[in-house]
Amino acid sequence: MRLGLAMAGLLLAVGLVMPLAVLLARAFQGPNGEFIGLAYFVTYASTPALLRSAWNSLWTGALTTAIVLPIAFTFAYGITRSRLPGRGLFRAVMLIPILAPSLLPALSLIYLFGNQGLFRFMLPADGSIYGPAGIVVAQCIYTFPHAAIILSVALGMADARLFEAAETLKASRFRIFLDVTLPAARYGLVSATVVVFTLAVTDFGIPKVIGGQFPVLATDVYKQVIGQQNFSMGAVVAIVLLLPALFSFFAERWAQRRQSASISGRAVLYRAKPRAARDMPLLLICLAVAAVLLGMVGMAGWGSLIRFWPYNMTLTLSNYDFARFDSDGWGSLQTSAAMGAWTALIGTPLVFVVAYLLERGARPGALSGFVRVAAIAPLAVPGLVLGLAYILFFNHPANPFGFIYGTMAILVLNCVIHFYTVAHLTAVTAIRQLDPEFEAVGASLRVPRWRTFLRVTVPISLPAILDIAVYLFVNAMTTVSAVVFLYGSGSKPASVAVVQMDEAGQVAAAAAMACVILAITATVKLAQLGVSLSLGRGWRPA
Amino acid sequence: MYRRLVAAAVSALIVGAIAIPAEAQQRTRLTVYTALENEQLQPFKTAAEAALRDIEIAWVRDSTGVITARLIAERANPRADVIWGVSAFSLLGLEALDMLEPYTPQGAEALRPSMRSDRSPMTWTGMDAFVSTICYNTAVAGQRNLPRPTTWADLLNPAFRGQIAMPNPSSSGTGFLTIAGWIGSMGEERAWQFMNGLHENVQVYTHSGSAPCNNAARGEYGLGISLDMRAVTLRNQGAPIEIVVPTDGVGYDLEATAIHRGTRNLDAARRLADFAVTRAAMEMYGRFYAILALPGVTAAVQGYPADFEQRLVNVNFREMGAQRDRILAEWTRRFDGKSAPR
Repeated sequence: MRLGLAMAGLLLAVGLVMPLAVLLARAFQGPNGEFIGLAYFVTYASTPALLRSAWNSLWTGALTTAIVLPIAFTFAYGITRSRLPGRGLFRAVMLIPILAPSLLPALSLIYLFGNQGLFRFMLPADGSIYGPAGIVVAQCIYTFPHAAIILSVALGMADARLFEAAETLKASRFRIFLDVTLPAARYGLVSATVVVFTLAVTDFGIPKVIGGQFPVLATDVYKQVIGQQNFSMGAVVAIVLLLPALFSFFAERWAQRRQSASISGRAVLYRAKPRAARDMPLLLICLAVAAVLLGMVGMAGWGSLIRFWPYNMTLTLSNYDFARFDSDGWGSLQTSAAMGAWTALIGTPLVFVVAYLLERGARPGALSGFVRVAAIAPLAVPGLVLGLAYILFFNHPANPFGFIYGTMAILVLNCVIHFYTVAHLTAVTAIRQLDPEFEAVGASLRVPRWRTFLRVTVPISLPAILDIAVYLFVNAMTTVSAVVFLYGSGSKPASVAVVQMDEAGQVAAAAAMACVILAITATVKLAQLGVSLSLGRGWRPA
Repeated sequence: MYRRLVAAAVSALIVGAIAIPAEAQQRTRLTVYTALENEQLQPFKTAAEAALRDIEIAWVRDSTGVITARLIAERANPRADVIWGVSAFSLLGLEALDMLEPYTPQGAEALRPSMRSDRSPMTWTGMDAFVSTICYNTAVAGQRNLPRPTTWADLLNPAFRGQIAMPNPSSSGTGFLTIAGWIGSMGEERAWQFMNGLHENVQVYTHSGSAPCNNAARGEYGLGISLDMRAVTLRNQGAPIEIVVPTDGVGYDLEATAIHRGTRNLDAARRLADFAVTRAAMEMYGRFYAILALPGVTAAVQGYPADFEQRLVNVNFREMGAQRDRILAEWTRRFDGKSAPR
């Protein structure tokens, strides 16, 4: 057990901590590697832009969190604790923003609310979507699925006996919600808050495309690294950006102390009974959310068929002839699909086993503490920073792992690490809801630990495991910021091709390829739904 | 079990690593880093491989900022053999880090002196010039009664208030070459005054160099300050866009070629560098760009004014590169981070 954890620790050290350390050390080095202490920090702190960017990041992040969390909670509640129709479909629809490259919602927002947008008239005459308003709207859409996944796992399992007991005690519905539902979901709520806020603060794609010149910390990193190739200054800003990660870590620890298992071995799975007064409003809210998300995709899908928005609105399929726009043509989609499949195949067992070891195996100690921090940290590392860190670390001539540089393996490792946190939190949320009694009973029956794990823990958690696998797959299909530094010649991922086509002014082709990516990820998601449904019946051996 | 899983994961990683790059080859494979447009990659590769039969080109392409950052990050263990089609400003940055292999390609002396390295042996050679221009949306202009500008000074007209998009020079090389051009033609003092006035009319400073033209083409803004070649692609798709090359002097940058110091294929790299300055190569560049490094080669690209070349500002690349940090700090102090777009 310790050995397993040690190997996980080693992987996280090689895949995350050491590369980051190499990059962040740049903050204290001059252009030729000489040690210059805090000079860059002093320069940066004396630039008035710092405080302004930090403040902008803080309030847009907080506002995004405040908007997304209640909506995601209501949505997750609707699909887990009610009998509204089409719950499975809502479950798929809620993922749309992560099923598609981030460019897709940004393009849709421009088509809808840009200066030539269909609904431009809804904005004040002197207002504009480019700026904080656009950032908050786009980030709400982008972070929604992350929150909804964590919360639907948190709300997904509940012990029906608690509800029966509460009803017998004549507790009001509101009281039941406060005293039964919320406490069980507390850990999920804290995780979701941390994830949404951190994602909103570290993402640079959205502020870059739709933020106008509204400065935030993430675009400051972009300016330093891509605009001016000043890695040292970029590292300084990246260190500032890591502060939310530290905060997340303590918040997670705090929530962990207060969370106890809610699914005991004797639990009876809660299934909501139909009740129109609850189901109808929930259905309306879920429909509204789904309409917004589907509208986004529909808009971009339509845009991909248009010759040139908004001046030549004739429809055409020629934008899907990718070889006209990019020498790799459709091949980049193959690369992406392979990358996604490997990421899911390797990442899922890794994430789940490590989460299990941390929750059920490890005694508190330095090693498990390290793995815990390292599992939360990737969320706060902007992809751009991670990508550069990978170059500096893996491309170093003295690195024994250098042979993976420029291959598919480094792309996969990068994706697993980059998207580790949400997958980890999902696994932890699922495992924490299981009663430790399972292990105790197993031990008293002298069943080996791994057998309990394989025969009990894994089957019960299978829905969550599938969620993790699909999450990793779709994110690997859509990620840009880190892999853009790492792909070799002939292995350009489709998500990178999308960005390049957009940069080159081929907007419709970019939208078209984004739609193909979405079609692939959505197919995988629907397949997962099918599997989950058939699992659902035999979910728990009675 | 978990041990087996981890072992499986590790071995899968290793198998994946070995399986992908395995590819039999006799020709020398040169890894070429570039910021050329995607549609140029295939023709350039075909032409170079036809001229140099035993060389195969493997492109790694991205925008100038990304590819330059990647080159610098890889410095300890270079992966690129040749850099072909990357901005001269970027190459001078690499030269300062001692990353370029000194080599004077055959025939490079014939290039215009302003469009090749001033070192001997040379560290880079120019291919063509790209300039900062105004992408002017005629449809938007009609709706909003915007006059057609012919000079940079025209952009100070209050009619353009809130109509202009321009790349942020601290995020984009295009933005920097634009203000370098203004400083070159007006002198620094007057250039700052001009930018103060322009700032009143700018709606947004974008992070990407091509966004102003792309968005002007979609009618998001009336005018976008961007590179000339961007507009051609957009027009072909039906955008009502016109390129205005201001008559009061435009800044430019060069696309250039260099050999990466530390290449394992020095001989082949030199031969590609030789090819990059031949007349045949220049004619190929001339299908996309109007001004070529080799005098006497006529560009085939259409739609440029006859006196285009005379409108270029005399830019001292080395001098501007040295001043870059100071200029950007000043620009940021004055204009960056307007709390909200107007």
